[in-house]
Amino acid sequence: MLAAIGVDEEADLFDIPEGIGFDGEFGIDARSEREVREDVETMLGRNDTMVELLGRGHYDGYIPSLVDHLSQRSEFLTSYTQYQPEVSQGFLQVLFEYQSIFAELTGLGIVNCSMYDAATALGETALLADRVRSTAGNRVLVPEHLRAEKRAVLANYVAGTDLSVETYGMDDGCVDIDALADRADDDAVLVYAETPTVRGVIEEGLPAIADIADEHGALFALGSDPIALSVLEEPETVGADVVIGDASVLGLPASYGMGLGMFATREEYVRQMPGRLVGASSDAADRRAYTLTLQTREQHIRQERATSNICSNQAWIALRAAIHAAWLGPSGLVEAAKDAISRADRLADAVDQLSGVDAPVHDRHHFREFVASTEQPADEIAAQLADLGYAVHALADHEIQLCVNDLGEDDLDGFVAALTEVVEG
Amino acid sequence: MTFDQARWRRDDEPVYEPLLSDKDETTVGISGDSSETDDADSTVDVPLPDDLTRDELTLPELSEPELARHYTRLSQMTYAIDTGPYPLGSCTMKYNPKFTEDVAALADASIHPDRPERRKQGTLELQYRLQDYLARIGGMHAVSLQPPAGAAGEFTGILVAQAYHEANGDEHRSEVIVPESAHGTNFASAAMGGYEVVKLPGGEDGRVDLDALEGALSEETAALMLTNPNTLGLFERDIEEIAEMVHDVGGLLYYDGANLNALLGRARPGDMGFDIMHYNVHKTFATPHGGGGPGAGPVGVVEDLAEFLPTPRIRRSEMGYEEFEPDNSIGKVHGFSGNWPVLVKAYAYIARLGDEGLTDASAKAVLNANYLAERIEYEVPYGPFHHEFVASAGEQDAADVAKRMLDYGVHPPTTKWPEIVGEALMTEPTEIENRDTLDSLARAFNAVVDEADETLEAAPSRTAARLIDQTSAARNLRLSWQALEE
Repeated sequence: MLAAIGVDEEADLFDIPEGIGFDGEFGIDARSEREVREDVETMLGRNDTMVELLGRGHYDGYIPSLVDHLSQRSEFLTSYTQYQPEVSQGFLQVLFEYQSIFAELTGLGIVNCSMYDAATALGETALLADRVRSTAGNRVLVPEHLRAEKRAVLANYVAGTDLSVETYGMDDGCVDIDALADRADDDAVLVYAETPTVRGVIEEGLPAIADIADEHGALFALGSDPIALSVLEEPETVGADVVIGDASVLGLPASYGMGLGMFATREEYVRQMPGRLVGASSDAADRRAYTLTLQTREQHIRQERATSNICSNQAWIALRAAIHAAWLGPSGLVEAAKDAISRADRLADAVDQLSGVDAPVHDRHHFREFVASTEQPADEIAAQLADLGYAVHALADHEIQLCVNDLGEDDLDGFVAALTEVVEG
Repeated sequence: MTFDQARWRRDDEPVYEPLLSDKDETTVGISGDSSETDDADSTVDVPLPDDLTRDELTLPELSEPELARHYTRLSQMTYAIDTGPYPLGSCTMKYNPKFTEDVAALADASIHPDRPERRKQGTLELQYRLQDYLARIGGMHAVSLQPPAGAAGEFTGILVAQAYHEANGDEHRSEVIVPESAHGTNFASAAMGGYEVVKLPGGEDGRVDLDALEGALSEETAALMLTNPNTLGLFERDIEEIAEMVHDVGGLLYYDGANLNALLGRARPGDMGFDIMHYNVHKTFATPHGGGGPGAGPVGVVEDLAEFLPTPRIRRSEMGYEEFEPDNSIGKVHGFSGNWPVLVKAYAYIARLGDEGLTDASAKAVLNANYLAERIEYEVPYGPFHHEFVASAGEQDAADVAKRMLDYGVHPPTTKWPEIVGEALMTEPTEIENRDTLDSLARAFNAVVDEADETLEAAPSRTAARLIDQTSAARNLRLSWQALEE
């Protein structure tokens, strides 16, 4: 091959000035496949084995074998963005089905094929509001109960705009409608709310929130997740303009925070939205076919005028979520949501029996997780529970948060026994 | 070689494999406190008041065997690196070693990020080691693993540059310079940071024109974003002078890591004078592209910029490893710690290859690109090349050439970009292809080179779908099966 090119050795192919050449010594020793596997197994084995009652935006769930086996098919896993749709019909159809399933769950007609996660989806929503706003206003209103990291990502996404992020208050876990009405004015371009909230509360005032946003010409964006949306009021019906959130509750177990950014909106904003879209069309034989569409919004064509810089997204996670949703079917999704409500209720009832624990703190409906108040310092409780093999969130001095995830009854019973030991000695 | 991609189709209807919704849909009624749903197939009682619940949910309800067949068929209608060569320029479609999937799927990898540090020492150690590997490979002082994609890495780098200038009382700087031939994400990431994008025209030799750069640089310059080798596969030989020019006006030099696969072991961005870089682990370090993602875009910086990196970073401590917030951190660019499973795969790949394997990968990638460039009959301007080259389809339409190449059983190159080459065919075979495959790739190019426009315009015909109408997809937007029914 070298002869065909007309050089003597591989090194001659590199056109690198001498002064900046590198000797190839990174100091990384090659190892066999088996050695690397054992190395990583040993290293990750240093993670404690724990029962995690952790949530607050990232969840663990049982993933059906079908999802792993079919998503791992080489054709799906090792393909790239579908720039040549004629040889990518399979993946495109799965993404089209993903968009369709989420269109049903949100009631909004337009769903993209993924953002990175819920936090970056919120950032992109603010930028969408910035583009479609009809006023000179620049205020983004977000709830007091919001994961701090999510808000920090939002702050970075709006750093290049004149948008300012402001907080409105909560009332016993739900949006304080009066407080929001006071905060909102014609300078508001986006009102954001969540259901369930980061504290697990199902929001009760969505139509009122939507009315406030509407009155001031602001977008109303709702943060949620696809399992909750299987039973909660349809966002379109309550007036949401955008629905975002982490959809990796379908398709992914706990993955140290890797997510799947859901992003749905109304048709009127489709040309201003970020992310890839798969549309139906037909091929030269007049058969239905699928293709990426409205790519003129995207960075590879529009450069600095693109709606977002996003290129690589979470497509394969979207594929996994679509397979998981199809495996559950509508009854499985609704049952999963019902479980997330009733199991959180049962755990709250159980820990509320303990002396020195009051749960849930908010007298509201909960989904998957809830906050409990404790007489003992929350840090101490969390540390002692960790010694017993259970991980919980210590929020404030006297508040812990517990998430049931997909934990079995044995694990939950074991947790209640451990908490009993910790708080009652 | 002939090529006939699987195309599962119904003969009685103009569709290929039917949508799930065409197969079987079920409506489940959701009953809160009181309501009854009329037309539901079944009803589930949910312990919520009726005004908080939806009435019903309608979605496909299929058995597992039906689903297994559906998705298996759809996979067979998807071209991938494991089905054939994929020389998509700038995308570095290399083989993804299977063992990395098993490593990332270890049960101990599947934990929640909010665990106390003491309880996740294994995860922190792997992150620490990967930070260290990447720093060595890029010649950088410090690395953040948080950005979830290359473009997110660029945006992170822009925010870091902004924070640095602000800390120096230099917040007036309003411009980021980007070569016209750069990846589209560069322009978009700079714009997202609030910068005005100054486009730098290319020089006659396909590299940065130093006079044009001199004209573009000023006290307003926050950064110059470059990839090296550039998108033509050419090394920017003047890189040291470029770095000096940018630094002289107080700007920073940003390295777009999309083309790093050309340089492993031969040169490092840090040694060239770059201040900030991102790594595309799904390109250089072989994590699978997954139909578009997830990838990961770690960011490396020189010592002076380490204090601005996203939080948390990982360092050694008494307990082993701990997370810490850099002194003047820009904060967060992802809700948690980025695409962790992807990072595990990258770690495993780097550890498997080591110094020699990484260096050899780049050498073979460069060898393959130059060999293929020699073998094809299309004009290939510029050169010699590194990991990729850009051929010109000449009088033919590059997009049509690509469609016709599909008929020859290979994925075509990136087309019509960079625009500096007319009707561009941007080709990156990567190190994984052997000579036979490169020869068959060349035959695919060369079979098309003399074909008539009518033949090209009618292609492809051996693929799952024939040529797809893009215009009608955009004009008559149908983005869900609900829209198909309207």
